[in-house]
Order: sequence, then structure tokens, then C-alpha cells
Amino acid sequence: MSTESVLFDAPGPRARLRHNILTGVGLVLVALTAWVVYGRMKEANQLEGYLWSPYVTEADVWTAYILPGLWATIKAALVSMVLAGVYGLAFGMGRLSHLAWVRWASGAVVEFFRAVPVLLMMVFFFFGFFATASWLPSDYAPLAAVVVGLTLYNGSVIAELVRSGVHSLPKGQSEAGLSIGLSPGQTLRIVQLPQALRAMLPALIGQLVVVLKDTALGTVVLYPELLTQGGKTLGSAYANTVPAYLVVAVIYIVINYSLTKVAGYVEGRMKRRRRAVVGATTTTMPSAAGGTGAVASSSVAGNPVQTPAEPVE
Amino acid sequence: MVDILRNYDVIGAFWVTIQLSALSAVGALVLGTVVAVFRVSPVGVLRLLGSLYVNIVRNTPLTLLMVFSILGLTYILHLPFSESASRNAYWWAVVMLSVYHAAFVCEAVRSGVNTIPAGQAEAARSIGLTFGQSMREVLLPQAFRGAIAPLGSTLIALIKNTTVAAVILGTAESAGTLAEVTENEGASLPTFLLFALGFVILTLPLGIAITHYSRRLAVQR
Repeated sequence: MSTESVLFDAPGPRARLRHNILTGVGLVLVALTAWVVYGRMKEANQLEGYLWSPYVTEADVWTAYILPGLWATIKAALVSMVLAGVYGLAFGMGRLSHLAWVRWASGAVVEFFRAVPVLLMMVFFFFGFFATASWLPSDYAPLAAVVVGLTLYNGSVIAELVRSGVHSLPKGQSEAGLSIGLSPGQTLRIVQLPQALRAMLPALIGQLVVVLKDTALGTVVLYPELLTQGGKTLGSAYANTVPAYLVVAVIYIVINYSLTKVAGYVEGRMKRRRRAVVGATTTTMPSAAGGTGAVASSSVAGNPVQTPAEPVE
Repeated sequence: MVDILRNYDVIGAFWVTIQLSALSAVGALVLGTVVAVFRVSPVGVLRLLGSLYVNIVRNTPLTLLMVFSILGLTYILHLPFSESASRNAYWWAVVMLSVYHAAFVCEAVRSGVNTIPAGQAEAARSIGLTFGQSMREVLLPQAFRGAIAPLGSTLIALIKNTTVAAVILGTAESAGTLAEVTENEGASLPTFLLFALGFVILTLPLGIAITHYSRRLAVQR
């Protein structure tokens, strides 16, 4: 059931009345919430202009607190995402290996790090290793803990994405690879992975949202990211804790919402392209080099690769 | 290892994890189902409210919600649950965990609704059921059965995310206890594995059960 409109009829007179009443109830609910929030904020003097004006009048708010925090958040997220991609690819391939012990070992590692909360890993690596390590400048200890925690968890999620992506390819793909004399490893690398990775792209962008949100855990290991800098530090410097956290929340929501939209756009574009390719292959299927690519993609179109639409938290 | 179990309340910390998980799972399920019904309802305002809720909550870090519940809501806006600081943090943690995961429950239930063939909804409409009746009698019961897998992964994520409550509960919670132990006793892999094992015990059987029941309870079509 893909269209939601199938759930209800075109409303008749009575249903229209009921819908209008419900619309009214909804609006009252919104108004009531807004009124309660406004009342609370007013009572606690949180709507006073001087709490909010620094965002416009003081350049320091942005240059000394929010932007450095945002940069630290993005830096940690990007480094973690790249490392998680490498780790995920390695262990995803490990789980698809034809050697039983490699499959088993990769599976154990991936399942373990997926079951352990990210915060436990960050806390352990920070207080246990990086905070006391002599080889690491102490400025970098929090970043290292955040990156290691996020990499191990999200890399394991990506490893699962790789595995399910390859598994959902049509069987003919690997059979074709093996039948032209490629080894199982070559078949995986040359034939299966490129198709699986392309289909994974929207899920990977979705995972980036998870990584970005989880960098906020860095506040526990004293990493000066957006939540710490723009919320706690800024909030105590200007004595405007509530506005500070609200502004930080808006920044997170805008970034993550845009990323989700980009993921949706990429997914839609890939679907359209596959359809176009299917149309093209019916006429040009047996041709040479260009044709092979088209055949490969068209079989993906026939059996869409099943990647979880929702990023795993 | 025995010393750590004797000197620190590891069992108690995990008991708090279990309590937080159970209470907020119920809260998230109820709230998330309501939001899901909003999102598929024929009333435009409710649909808008539902999608606003999901998009705002899903894109905010849980850590921010937790910190704000104490520094903002309790201290400045004077909305405490209890006079006692630890009780207050405990209940705010439950509320914020429920609010956060309700957005994911909503999306899971919606994906469950999408597994139902259109004929079911059409049949419900053709015998004259209203939207509310067809939701209650026909669609939601099937949607939940079709949504066991995504609901289950949300539950597992919730159990792991209870550790985030450490930012307001401190050592009363497992991640906070691990921080305390590691800081005092130094790094030891067995300590970490002990805490990790706790979560493996909580989540691994659950994952297996979910896979089993998502197949068994799915409506055969």
C-alpha cells in the first residue's frame, strides 16, 4: 500500500464535518502548546531581548563559540565517516569471504560493536587510553575517542549494509563472474561490490546524519563540539542557556534535515536512472562495452537492492 | 573483576538501564503510534503536526534533549518532576527517551501500514468503517505485525541509547559507572568487556527473538 489516500474516502458531508472538527482540535492543540511554552518562557524571563540580541550584535557569539563548535562537529563526523567506510568495506567483504574463519571472525567483530553503545566505547577509549596516552597531544584525546567510538559502531553498520547489498543482487551476477573465470574474490570486487555500493549511497548519506547527531556524545569526553560550545559554554558566557540550546537545536535540525533531503533526492535520481537504463537495454542489449554496463544496471533494476530505508541509530 | 563488582554498583547501574528501557519503550510506543495515526490521517493539520514532530525530533541529538531537560527545563523554566535531583533526572530521562524514540516508532508503524495491501483498506471503507474504525479494527493490527522488525531495531537502539542518560544521571547509569571505574582504576579491557557484555546480553537475544517473530507474526499473504 504505497499511496496513503487509499486509507480514506473522498469525504462526504458528515466526514467533512468530522474533519473540520478535528482540524479545529488540532489547531487548538497547537495554540495551547504555543501558549504554554510562551507563558513558561515569559514567566522565567527567557523572552527578554538581551538574551537573544547577542546573536545579532556580538560577532563573538559566532566566531568564538558556534562556528568553531560546528567545525569540530563536522570534522569529527567526516573523519569518522571516512574511517567507518574503510572499516565497513573491509569487514563487509570479510563477512562475504569464501573462507569460513574470515566470515566468522568478521561477523563476531561486527555483531559485537553493533551491540555495544557508542557512548561506552567513547568513555572507555577516552578515560582508559587517550586521556593518559603520552604519544597523543592531550588536545587530540577527546577527538580521538569520539572518532574511534563512531568509527567502530558506524563501520559495523556499514559492513552490514555492504553484506545485505551484495546478498540482494541477483544470483546471476556472481555466477556470471565465476563463469568467465574470475576468482570468488575478484567476482566480489569487480562485479558485485560496485553495484551494491551504488545502491547503498542513499543509506550511507542517512548514516551520516546518525554520525553527526552522535558527535554530540563527545560532550561527555570533553570534546568541544557544537553542543558543548554553542550550548554550555556560550550559555554560561552570556547567561542565556535556554536560547543557546534552542539555537544549537535549530542548527542541528537544519543540517540533518537537508542531509535527509539530499539522501531522498539521490535515491529518487537513481531510481529514475535505472528505469531509463531498463528502457535503453531493451533495444541495445547485445552491444559491446556500453551494453555490458547497461545489462549490469538493468538487472539491479529488476531486483532492486534491499537496503534499509531508515538509517540505523 | 570481583573487586570492581564489589566496589561499584554495576548490577544496580544495569538495573537502571533496564528500568529506563522498559518505561521509555512503553512511552515511545504509545506516543509513536499516536503520531503515526496523525501522519496518515485525512486531516491536513494533523498530518502536518505529525511530520513536524518527526522531522524536528529525529534530527535533534538525544544528548541535546537530555542536557536541555536539566539545564533548561528544570533549572530555568522550573519544570521539575521531583524535589530530589536524582528522581527528577530519572523521570526526565524517561520522558526524553520516549519523545526521541517515538519519532522512530512512528516511522516504523508507517512502514508497517505500507506492507498492507490496498484491498484491506478498500474493504474496510466499502463496509462503511470510518477512518478511525478502519485504523483500529483493520489496519493497525496488521501494521504492527508487519512492523515487528523495524520496531525491534528501534527497541534495541533505545536500550543502547539509555546510556546517553549518563549525561544527566551520572554514575547511577551504566555508562556513567564505566567512566567512574575507568577513571579510578585505569584502563582495563576486562572492565570494558564486562559492561559491553551487559549490553550484548540485553540486546542479542532480543535481536534473535525479533527476527523469529517478525517472520512468524507477519500476516501471510
